[in-house]
Amino acid sequence: MKSSIRRRLTVSAAVVTATTLLLTGCAKGGGSSSSGEDGTITLWTHNAGNAGELGAIQTIVDDFNASGSGYTVDLQAFPQDSYNQSVTAAAAAKKLPCIMDIDGPNVPNWAWAGYLAPLEGMDEELSDYLPTTIGKYDDKIYSYGFYDVSLVMVSRQSILDENGIRTPTIDQPWTKDEFSDALAKLKASGKYEYPADFQTGSTGEWWPYAYSPFLQSSGGDLIDRDDYKSADGVLNGPEAVEWATWFRGLAANGDIALKSGSDPTQAFANGKTGILYSGSWTAVPLRKAFDDTVFLPTVDLGQGPKIGGGSWQWGMSATCDNPEAASAYMKFAAQDEYVAKVATDTNNIPTTPGAAAEVPGFEDGGENDIFRQYAQEYAVLRPVTPGYPFIATTFTKAAQDILNGADPQAVLDQATKDIDANQQQNNYFQ
Amino acid sequence: MSEVLTHVADNPAAPHAVSVAGADRSGRGKAVLVTVLKSALALVFGLPLLFMIVSSFKPDTQIFADLGGIRAFLPVGDIGLDNYTGVFDRVPFAQFLFNSVFISVATVVGGLVVNSMAAFVLARMRFRGQKVLLAVILATLIVPFEVMALPLLWEVNLLPYFDGVEFSQGWLDTYAVQIVPFIANAFSIFLFYQYFDTIPKELDEAAMIDGAGWFRIYRSVIMPLSGPAIATVAILTFLPAWNQYLWPLMVTQSEAVRPAMVGIDYFRQLNVSWGQLMAYASVITVPVLVLFIAFQRSFVNSIASSGVKG
Repeated sequence: MKSSIRRRLTVSAAVVTATTLLLTGCAKGGGSSSSGEDGTITLWTHNAGNAGELGAIQTIVDDFNASGSGYTVDLQAFPQDSYNQSVTAAAAAKKLPCIMDIDGPNVPNWAWAGYLAPLEGMDEELSDYLPTTIGKYDDKIYSYGFYDVSLVMVSRQSILDENGIRTPTIDQPWTKDEFSDALAKLKASGKYEYPADFQTGSTGEWWPYAYSPFLQSSGGDLIDRDDYKSADGVLNGPEAVEWATWFRGLAANGDIALKSGSDPTQAFANGKTGILYSGSWTAVPLRKAFDDTVFLPTVDLGQGPKIGGGSWQWGMSATCDNPEAASAYMKFAAQDEYVAKVATDTNNIPTTPGAAAEVPGFEDGGENDIFRQYAQEYAVLRPVTPGYPFIATTFTKAAQDILNGADPQAVLDQATKDIDANQQQNNYFQ
Repeated sequence: MSEVLTHVADNPAAPHAVSVAGADRSGRGKAVLVTVLKSALALVFGLPLLFMIVSSFKPDTQIFADLGGIRAFLPVGDIGLDNYTGVFDRVPFAQFLFNSVFISVATVVGGLVVNSMAAFVLARMRFRGQKVLLAVILATLIVPFEVMALPLLWEVNLLPYFDGVEFSQGWLDTYAVQIVPFIANAFSIFLFYQYFDTIPKELDEAAMIDGAGWFRIYRSVIMPLSGPAIATVAILTFLPAWNQYLWPLMVTQSEAVRPAMVGIDYFRQLNVSWGQLMAYASVITVPVLVLFIAFQRSFVNSIASSGVKG
């Protein structure tokens, strides 16, 4: 009997211990609160697995923690592919960190949704930042970025020369006809399955980021930027239809794939395409692959070449319970020294002239200076409206339908109707 | 030919012999066909695995250069362990692996206890509304997890949490939040219920005559007889627990509690590291493969029984 009681007690103790361990899971991971009582605030970044940028951000955090400000920043890294979902879930649970990075075009939406707080008293620090690296909504600054990236046409000088294709410059980019001619020559060479790769297999933000600049170069736009109320006339006008017809023609003529492979950069490095439409982030791998890689301006479809502006930026959450600490960090990190550090480690375009002078390759005449020039000359911000996420998905669907052969006017009319309805349903986000 | 015909005519058993020979031939043909079909199926399911493992030893450029040919499945060319070194440099692999193992094993252990108890009550005890209760539990099977994810997030965020020292609010960024919501499982209850229902009730009565209570009957009579059901539920609980992606994405914020599946996103940057991604995928597939090979028979039986019975 005694041994039975002892056995029961032992079993009960084991069950209680196991349940406690199970429920407590030993301890919390440490990232669930926006701020601690000891002046520690949490910072989230989308750079898990991205050693270059994560290392640079960690350096800034370490320097801040050692600066004697009295505050401590705790860095939490998330993988980029699922970062937005993690932030949205945390916002739903009211557990946002004090500081987080945000993809530029999402800033107005996150500010409108109440995720972000405006950055007060930073006008001086941000005065010489590239305009595309400042996130604004309702005349207030909500975020700033250390860098921008630039869309480019990548090719090899030897490919252009062999096929008698003129090398475009920032002053004299390819016209629509010249580009068509270049594609025809590459096709005639018989060396490529498709003369160009527009990364049509990519998903998500790539579509509005990469293809709406062509729409803008044709004279159209995603929404009328005078009041951000309607897309009528700009997304379904004659200029937009002209863009859509051109875009569809690229696939119909076999100049680009309807759905390109999973890694167009590697495909280009393996000689499968003659021209790659991509971004400045391909500079490192493709310079390594070939010593004659050239990064060319995109095509002028009538209104000059255009590229998407605005990359990842930093902001403060509206629910941060230690805004003084967050503000102190944001000011500390905005120095040229750190802009240069992040731009160097990521090989992206530094946002300030002071930092550009310090980043190898981005000095005047440096091998990467061309990217900064493209950003300055051609960049167009994606529409600064909280309705942008809806506009982006609507445009993506429309562009995919057009590429697959749908009637351009009908598709653009429907997209315009959908965007207008969404803006109206949300009372124009006022 | 004529010799054969004569021989057949002379032999009363000949027609039978011919039909047996024909049946043998058609049987052999069928067997060959089945083998060919099975081999083709094995290739369909095996080749992606082979491609993953082979690619994990190749640099990115070679992976893409080999695509479209048989070389994609062969360990040829510039083979090395660089991708594996890269994986260990890039993610806290040991931590992620431990997290996944801990979460999966805890979910399985908890699930076996809780679901078998629930099924025992429904299958062996008699009370009013028993069938309705079973129907309600089974009805939850038609609600996909994605529908419940957000309400569940809000709920777990309001729960009190004890970390061994003090109480706080919210379970986010813990092991518990990845384990507890998945312990009670309608499908597991159903599997246990079906199995318990086949065990003769006379055993309960005999145990009761010997002085056993319900818990004793559950622990000492029913569970020891339910090995196959336990194996089935263990396997069918482990796999989804190991493969969890959406929920940990929503509720984990630090690497200390992040499971291995979410780690795969670490390799999907602007310039995707395909070789490292394949190496990581290979490494996190190993535990599942080992489990599958070790419990192959139980696994096949579990799939067959869960699909056919009921």
